[in-house]
Amino acid sequence: MELNQLYSEIILEHYQNSPNKKKMDDADIEEKGHNPLCGDTITIYLKMDGDIIKDASFTGQGCAISQASTSMLIDLVKGKKLDEAKKLIQEFTDMLYKRDVDLDDLGDAQALSGVADFPARVKCALLPWKTLEEVMEEKEEGK
Amino acid sequence: MEKIIDARKIREDFPILKVRPYGKSLIYFDNAATTQKPESVIKAIDDYYSGMNANVYRSAHYLSGVATNAYEEARNRVAKFINAGSENTIIFTRNATESINLVAYTWAMDNINEGDEIILTVAEHHSNILPWQMVADRKGAKLRYVYLNEDSRLDMASYKDMLNSRVKLVAVQHVSNVLGIINPVEEITEMAHKVGAKVLIDGAQSVPHMRVDVRKIGCDFFAFSGHKMMGPMGIGILYVKKELLNSVPPFLRGGEMIDEVYEDRATFAVPPLKFEAGTPNVEGAVGLSAAIEYIEGIGLDNIHSHEAELTQYALEKMREIDFVDIYGPRDMRDRGGVISFNVADIHPHDVSTILDQDGIAIRSGHHCALPLMRYLDVPATCRASFYIYNDMDEVDVFIDSLKNVRKWFKWS
Ligand SMILES: Cc1ncc(COP(=O)(O)O)c(C=O)c1O
Repeated sequence: MELNQLYSEIILEHYQNSPNKKKMDDADIEEKGHNPLCGDTITIYLKMDGDIIKDASFTGQGCAISQASTSMLIDLVKGKKLDEAKKLIQEFTDMLYKRDVDLDDLGDAQALSGVADFPARVKCALLPWKTLEEVMEEKEEGK
Repeated sequence: MEKIIDARKIREDFPILKVRPYGKSLIYFDNAATTQKPESVIKAIDDYYSGMNANVYRSAHYLSGVATNAYEEARNRVAKFINAGSENTIIFTRNATESINLVAYTWAMDNINEGDEIILTVAEHHSNILPWQMVADRKGAKLRYVYLNEDSRLDMASYKDMLNSRVKLVAVQHVSNVLGIINPVEEITEMAHKVGAKVLIDGAQSVPHMRVDVRKIGCDFFAFSGHKMMGPMGIGILYVKKELLNSVPPFLRGGEMIDEVYEDRATFAVPPLKFEAGTPNVEGAVGLSAAIEYIEGIGLDNIHSHEAELTQYALEKMREIDFVDIYGPRDMRDRGGVISFNVADIHPHDVSTILDQDGIAIRSGHHCALPLMRYLDVPATCRASFYIYNDMDEVDVFIDSLKNVRKWFKWS
């Protein structure tokens, strides 16, 4: 794995110019994610229509990997059912732990597969996915 | 000019420095986090298990005597190393963090009461903040912080203003693990004692790098870690001033720390054993002793000058790079070998990953000093910290790599 794959065009684009990076004032769900060891922070905003994520955005501060990963996640889950999003989280996590997985559903987030070769950075890439997982767990517990 | 320390030669004593990350020479600039271990320390631990291992103090057989002697010799060497006077003032712990917690849970819980004040500095490591938050919470005491002046050094004038008879403890670091500042601990101690406060010095970043004389400082408690001075992990030291030693209550209770035990009560051993419940880390003490021997072989004054030279050189080179921001004092006065910095528009983790590809190990993050990060108004920083096996050639490689960091982000 080379650095230019880690900091590829697509990752930098999501990091530097993400249209998803904006606060949502009328969000139904607002979930904060924090990586206490590195200080990366994100907030994910979701607008729900029953089980469907109608709209999503994020704000945050942190490294290129954590912020790009959040932007990619937002792209992916917009318009999806929570169940579908859950499956994507599992696939993304498997990808980062180099488990055998079909990457087709992951869209731009496939570009982060190389992070698996940088063990110190895996937690940066996982932060938003774990954060969204929290939302789902809270929803399930609330049921 | 003849070099005080030949780092190239010293590197040969450290097996780990032969590791080649991604095929590059390893440049280890993360010494404030932990230092590497010379062959002699590794061998001392090996020798301990190959020829001395037994439980200490407990048995009358040959090996137990040998192990006990080795453990006590280590204590003796530590006492001399920081000029503690009596070796009974040296308590072995796991690390600086445990040493500070020991004081918090024992002396402080007995002596700090409602309305009392504890003075800290904003640059403290979490391990010298959280124990005092616990004491303050439980006892209704108040924490007060000394901040920095424009030169990123401790604001001694405001410290002076804070001192009053309610202050029971001043807990400050000797050297900052982020800014590299060396605090005037002698003066701080003297001022605190005038109002009747006790003083704890966190020496985790000083003892490995400069001559430390705890009795000259005059402090009541002094804490540090073996692993930051080429010793093994899992061994730390707490020095407690002799006059206080007997009045500090025990910390953990169990074997080794007792005098007499009845069904419903016990009396305690005399210090230091009173504070060392359970089987101690003898391997750690023996390794630490070898580390001190190694340091003494090179000389702390030489170590300090070598690091000062490297730091000055690195600071000058880094200042020439206009997208690098440096935190900490501008000059070299009272400054240790730690440089915290940021690269414009690039998060420290990304900087660290990019330098890592060139074999350069630096730290990125908040350095267990979140109040200081907030005070400096940065989420995190990069940090390069030097030791005896580093040299100017390595600094040059580091500077070249640093100049290239922004290219990866298509910012030039
Ligand atoms: C200034 C300072 N104090 C305390 C500590 C804590 O040391 P340890 O983790 O060995 O207990 C450190 C280590 O990072 C430090 O730099």
